[in-house]
Amino acid sequence: MSHPKPTPVGGKLLTPFFGVLLLFWALGTAAGTVRFLQGLGAASAMNDGYPWGIWIAVDVVVGTALGSGGFAVALLVYILNRGKFHPLVRPALLTSALGYTAGATAIVFDVGRYWNLWKVPLAYNGRYNWTSGLLEVALCVMAYTAVLWVEISPAFLERWKEQPGPLQGLARFALPLVEKAFPVVLAFGVVLPAMHQSTLGSLFLVSVTKLHKLWHTPFLPALFLVSCVGMGYAAVVVESVFSARAFRRPLETRMLSDLAGIMAGLTAVFLGLRLVDIVLRGRLGLAFALDFHALVFWLEVALAAVAAGMLWTSRGTRDAGALLRGAFAVMAAGGLYRVDVYLTAFDPGNGWRYFPSVGEILVTLGIVAVETMVYIYIVRKYPILAGAPAPAGGRA
Amino acid sequence: MKLSRRELLTGLAAAGAAAAVPSPAEARDRKVAEAGSVGMLYDSTLCIGCRACVVKCKEANQLPQDRATLNGAPYDAPPDLNGTTKNVIKLAAAGGRSAFMKSQCMHCVDPACVSVCMIGALAKNASTGIVTYDKDGCVGCRYCQVACPFNVPKFNWDKAAPQIVKCELCRHRGEPKKPGVRQIADPACCEVCPRGAVVYGKRSDLLQEAQRRLKTQPDRYEAKVYGDQDAGGTQVLYLTAKGVPFRALGLPDVGDEAAPALSESISHGIYYGMVAPVALFGAALLTIRKNRKQADEEGA
Repeated sequence: MSHPKPTPVGGKLLTPFFGVLLLFWALGTAAGTVRFLQGLGAASAMNDGYPWGIWIAVDVVVGTALGSGGFAVALLVYILNRGKFHPLVRPALLTSALGYTAGATAIVFDVGRYWNLWKVPLAYNGRYNWTSGLLEVALCVMAYTAVLWVEISPAFLERWKEQPGPLQGLARFALPLVEKAFPVVLAFGVVLPAMHQSTLGSLFLVSVTKLHKLWHTPFLPALFLVSCVGMGYAAVVVESVFSARAFRRPLETRMLSDLAGIMAGLTAVFLGLRLVDIVLRGRLGLAFALDFHALVFWLEVALAAVAAGMLWTSRGTRDAGALLRGAFAVMAAGGLYRVDVYLTAFDPGNGWRYFPSVGEILVTLGIVAVETMVYIYIVRKYPILAGAPAPAGGRA
Repeated sequence: MKLSRRELLTGLAAAGAAAAVPSPAEARDRKVAEAGSVGMLYDSTLCIGCRACVVKCKEANQLPQDRATLNGAPYDAPPDLNGTTKNVIKLAAAGGRSAFMKSQCMHCVDPACVSVCMIGALAKNASTGIVTYDKDGCVGCRYCQVACPFNVPKFNWDKAAPQIVKCELCRHRGEPKKPGVRQIADPACCEVCPRGAVVYGKRSDLLQEAQRRLKTQPDRYEAKVYGDQDAGGTQVLYLTAKGVPFRALGLPDVGDEAAPALSESISHGIYYGMVAPVALFGAALLTIRKNRKQADEEGA
């Protein structure tokens, strides 16, 4: 293989942008403190009708779908054996590991009785309730977050192995083990996300009377699974373009524009499945009901169609701008679909309403800020991004 | 056994498809109420809206008052079920008529909250059918609130150590020295109701009594016992006055099938015997190994 080896980016950590991230971290911490001291009602707009807000719908459900880059790229490189995409593996795995860790953090903020969380993996009282989709999601997300950090661990171990110190011994011991276990770890890295990303859709199968009929379908798990793969590739594209700009690395436009066709195809499959399901089950009339939900439905369809169209035309053009716009459209289409299932198309009745509070938004932004700071720190210190080190440090 | 790459990829795709596409063959049997199921019968035509049951429920469950100030005077007046209220009486209006409505946990025969609860903090007692809550197994994820078609489970939004709050049929008041079914549970609301508008008993007896009332006074009632079949059957049954539909009382049209019947059938179809995930894992592992070997050979 003649790929450029991943190398640390180096450079100064405390840039003005990093300062802005620190500010968001501080604001999120303040809102989080209110939540932990005074309860969820003091910091959030969640209520008995809308018990799940943006911490679940955005941080966990959209966040881990965008964190499916590791899953999506692993499928391409290790299953379909497309070795040319190898330089995308490490950045994709790092963003996924951070995305899943951020989602897990949001869960700690969200659940009311977080001190009982340890009882879930340990089957408190020996009672795993296997009819609960959420149990499967919880166990799979915990396991997959660990898998992702093992998948990305060679980047750290390689670095530690070169430096004398206490970590050198660990790296010398662990690196061969990780390499030996890699196929098994990778296989888990395919199965676990396929399971829990589909189950994130299955969670709303039980809400027969509360979820709008344009969204409630037995195909919820399939739709969530198909769209998370496309969103994962889109996140990889966005991350690559931004990293290349910020850290002055060569941009792999040829490789990325090959992803455009794949994303266009996945988005088309998603859209086809969604529309055929609605037509076959005789619910198309609801889409022409001239109400709020019909409008949101068409917005979703239009976004997905535009995303597929933009990416299909940008494939092979090596136009980084067009590719980036297409990737954002895929993320927006998949994100909107998820938020609609979890919030917009969910109606508990009795006049309940929900719109996220300032506190909820600050916690979400704070978690994203920390995720970004850790990403910047790691790519500066460890071999993640491919290409030669920048001559005078990056701008990020 | 030697597999070609094409065979591997086909197997992988099939396993992936099996993991995401529902298989209707696994449709679950309808759950029926246990013979020993206990519950309540609420007859809206008998209720006078005195709210004695609301006050007694709070006392029996040691729940704080829900204070509201009306015309400058304080009242213990919960507007609905909430984090301090497990039972409430509301006024329902239908056309020119009005009727009283009592809300609390329906104690479903096939409860959605129990189906979705991760480690069984909400559980259905195998003999009495009472849907119970154990805070020690609850992480406060609130999936029960998302799942319940009746919006019954409530959450302590204003507490740093919140719990799920819902009626447990006063199972803590059941005592061996009490007569009959009151050994199992003894709902405070039924004990204090001055009109017998809400009565406690075996579900089968209550259903029989409700049907007797419908038969003897067909002009008084809408010809249906809500909860007999609704949402897969509930252990709290309702009768309503003729001309006041159950919907007007706040009892939704949820159909006769329990919500978990659909969701569990689909999930069990996908995960039947864990075949699909295990097959996907096996196919993925074989493919990864094969690709890696091929890459090593090319590199050597």
